[in-house]
Amino acid sequence: MSDILALTAAQAAERVHAGDLERGELWRFYRDRARADDLNAFTWVCDGDDPEAIDVSGPLGGVPIGIKDLFATEGVPSQAGSKILEGYKPPYTATAVRRLMEAGAPVVAKTNQDEFAMGSSTENSAYGPTLNPWDRARVPGGSSGGSAAAVAAGTVPWSIGTDTGGSIRQPAALCGIVGLKPTYGAISRYGMIAFASSLDQAGPFTRDTTDAALLLGAMAAPDPCDSTSLGLPEPVRLPTATDLKGIRLGVPEELTGEGIEPGVLAAFNETLDRARELGATVETMQLPHAPHGLSAYYLIAPAECSSNLARYDGVRYGMRADGKDLLSMYTQTREQGFGNEVKRRVLIGTYALSSGYYDAYYGRAQKVRTLIANDFKRAWERFDFVVSPTAPGVAFELGAKTADPLAMYLNDFCTVPMSLAGIPAISIPNGLSDGLPVGFQIAGPAFSENRILDAAHALEQSIGFDGSSAYA
Amino acid sequence: MPELEPVIGLEIHVQLNTRTKMFCGCELSFGEEPNTRTCPVCLGLPGSLPVVNAQAIQYGLMMGLALESEIAPRSIFHRKNYFYPDLAKGYQISQYDIPLCAGGRLGDVRLHRIHLEEDAAKLVHLGESGRIHGSSASVVDYNRGGTPLAEIVTEPDLHSAEQAREWLTLLRETLRQLGVSDVNMEEGSLRCDANISVRPAGTSELGTKTELKNMNSFRFLEKGINAEIERQKALIAAGEAVVQETLHFDPVSGGLSPLRSKEEAHDYRYFPEPDLVPVAPTPEMLEAARAALPELPAARAERYERDWSLPEDTARLFAYEPEWGDYFERVDGEPRVVANWVTELRARADSPAAVSPAALAKLIALVDSRVVTAGNGRVVLDKLVAEGGDPAAIVERDDLGAMGDSGELAGIVAKVIEDNPDVVERIRGGNPKAMGALVGPVMRETKGKADGAEVNRLLREQLGV
Repeated sequence: MSDILALTAAQAAERVHAGDLERGELWRFYRDRARADDLNAFTWVCDGDDPEAIDVSGPLGGVPIGIKDLFATEGVPSQAGSKILEGYKPPYTATAVRRLMEAGAPVVAKTNQDEFAMGSSTENSAYGPTLNPWDRARVPGGSSGGSAAAVAAGTVPWSIGTDTGGSIRQPAALCGIVGLKPTYGAISRYGMIAFASSLDQAGPFTRDTTDAALLLGAMAAPDPCDSTSLGLPEPVRLPTATDLKGIRLGVPEELTGEGIEPGVLAAFNETLDRARELGATVETMQLPHAPHGLSAYYLIAPAECSSNLARYDGVRYGMRADGKDLLSMYTQTREQGFGNEVKRRVLIGTYALSSGYYDAYYGRAQKVRTLIANDFKRAWERFDFVVSPTAPGVAFELGAKTADPLAMYLNDFCTVPMSLAGIPAISIPNGLSDGLPVGFQIAGPAFSENRILDAAHALEQSIGFDGSSAYA
Repeated sequence: MPELEPVIGLEIHVQLNTRTKMFCGCELSFGEEPNTRTCPVCLGLPGSLPVVNAQAIQYGLMMGLALESEIAPRSIFHRKNYFYPDLAKGYQISQYDIPLCAGGRLGDVRLHRIHLEEDAAKLVHLGESGRIHGSSASVVDYNRGGTPLAEIVTEPDLHSAEQAREWLTLLRETLRQLGVSDVNMEEGSLRCDANISVRPAGTSELGTKTELKNMNSFRFLEKGINAEIERQKALIAAGEAVVQETLHFDPVSGGLSPLRSKEEAHDYRYFPEPDLVPVAPTPEMLEAARAALPELPAARAERYERDWSLPEDTARLFAYEPEWGDYFERVDGEPRVVANWVTELRARADSPAAVSPAALAKLIALVDSRVVTAGNGRVVLDKLVAEGGDPAAIVERDDLGAMGDSGELAGIVAKVIEDNPDVVERIRGGNPKAMGALVGPVMRETKGKADGAEVNRLLREQLGV
């Protein structure tokens, strides 16, 4: 294995800073690996030279990064995995991406995703599915499947994605890497092509927790262009903890029982034992409203998406189908431009917001959302973190769930409650089940990213997961 | 059949004259090249997000305070969803169930609410008519898209077209003096729709209303409302029912045509705008808005009538044109006399800056002390406006002083009587009004320096009438 490939992003940045690794060499290494990708992880790969404008003395040290397709990137195709935005090149760059570049990370590729981030397998991309590097017959998870597969396969050293109901954590779990969904508002959403505005949040995909902390620190900041952005109350620290002394872990019955594959559960319980060995107390607890999370999520997210996606009407940008009049131009453009899952959610959302149904659907879903947030608030009185498997199962075979949307939606069962509550959660590799990666999820109170990263770091050290077989 | 009473409520859209748009940093457009005042936000590009314009909030608070509304501690923005090419995002960001300002009053009309929203872009239909029907193609200019709008909704407290027009004039002056809008109906920075119904006079239940749109001048507003009132009265007289609908007023024909019926009404699928946080005005924001309020026309007119005994018309004139009101207050003298002279000056000059308050006060004093006659006072005012200077010096230089109490005037009067025997005969024949025909020649003869009352007295004396 090449020297460079073996390095984590933080290690590579350190070498660049020390003058032991030439930035151009690092750039070319990953650019060429990304160009040779055979997982369909990318929707665009840079074919140019090392972008000299990037100042590699920044904390990200010139380590190239992959960006989920839906981040607006000036002059670069930003299609959100949709045919309706085929070839669309925005005139501006998303705040999160700009901050990464300013911190020293050049953008080497845009990564594949489910169309408008709607999906859990990346099979809903208009640009074809991404394959899981652990088993090419299987999906990488989604919606940020390209970002996860690329990091796992070592075609980029790190990447960013977005998480609306699990779209960072679940593919990270299925690909055996670290995925962090920060507190809602920690990272600006400006320039992120919206799926569900009240849930969407950007976050990193990395090989380890140190790399995740580096990317989070570069991206998290209040942004005058995003009224809902807050940044983080304290600077992000690189995690150093090696034990969990005094840490109280809550294990919700609702997320660790029925529906979780035995292999996933076994790995989860094994890690709970490690946590105890590291000094943590582990206790079962209840999140009574969590089982209703999926129902609420699949009303709120579609409702917001039905409005967010109204702008794709063929008038200003992207695809336009011919029509004999305005209405037929609209309907033909959207008929031809959107995939089935997007249409399904636009229809559900339009219905849920309709006059006479609003209170019964959207209004009630918002109440459930509040109840779930309150479940977590009560949990923090007794626990530092709530832990669970990230996904109920390992990576499934391509096509296995495409005909059954509900089975697909169940993949988000363990991740949706945190999204609804707006709280941070991380997925770290938790070994293998039948040769496929499993994720361990740690969720904490709003703005507890530093503490989550520390706890994740301690477990990561203890688990000692080796993902190199996917990229070597 | 009992007499029918019209019941009218108005919905007014006001473009705020903030520096930038409602939700982005683009400057407002005044006839620039199409699509040059745009950015990712107001074009609705994928990934862009709105941010509320703080100045628009300040203007909204000023309007709310000036119009005695209740300011919501936390108002929120909603999305109003519908497809149209002038709507870049496929939804308009507007306020729905919790507007910035609730209730209020201006004059004798209660307000229902004031809320903030964004304007749509402008569709231009290519072709001869300029209307969508028969047009070969339509193009969109997004310069206007995102301009801040305040929507002011009244309660149905108006009962005639004339009253609606008068009240809207008061509102326009109030908003103009607040400095929140250019309030130009012809240019569209002030737009007014009217909800109109009729009911038997003396009853309190509301009849079925229609909404009247496209009245882009005060004259059309009055004409349109009158036309609709007549139409509804005729329907009822014929035993037919008024149908709830939106009507378009055609200023050329004076006719009304239905725009769309309520059966086809959009379901706008309002929901809270997740990209924005609630607007929660701080005490500092409210204090700043309060401090920015000028004295408003209704209060000023009332003060002029109450404290200075000005007639209603003059009080309103000075209240609606506050630069003249301010000027009036700076001229020394008996208020009603001063008011007359300020009105004289206003007829001669575009701005009060033409004559200093001190100079006008001096002129008024000269007239008051009979150094100059009222008539020659106006001549002095002409000269002050044209060339400036000191009123007394102008009187001196141009020999405009009033004639003293000498025999000279009596002699001139006697000569005019002698020169106009036919007029004298008419007066003696019982027509005292004919005396005016003698005053004119006396004034000409004296170059206006004679006191009118003295001329009249001498004429009477010499004619023995």
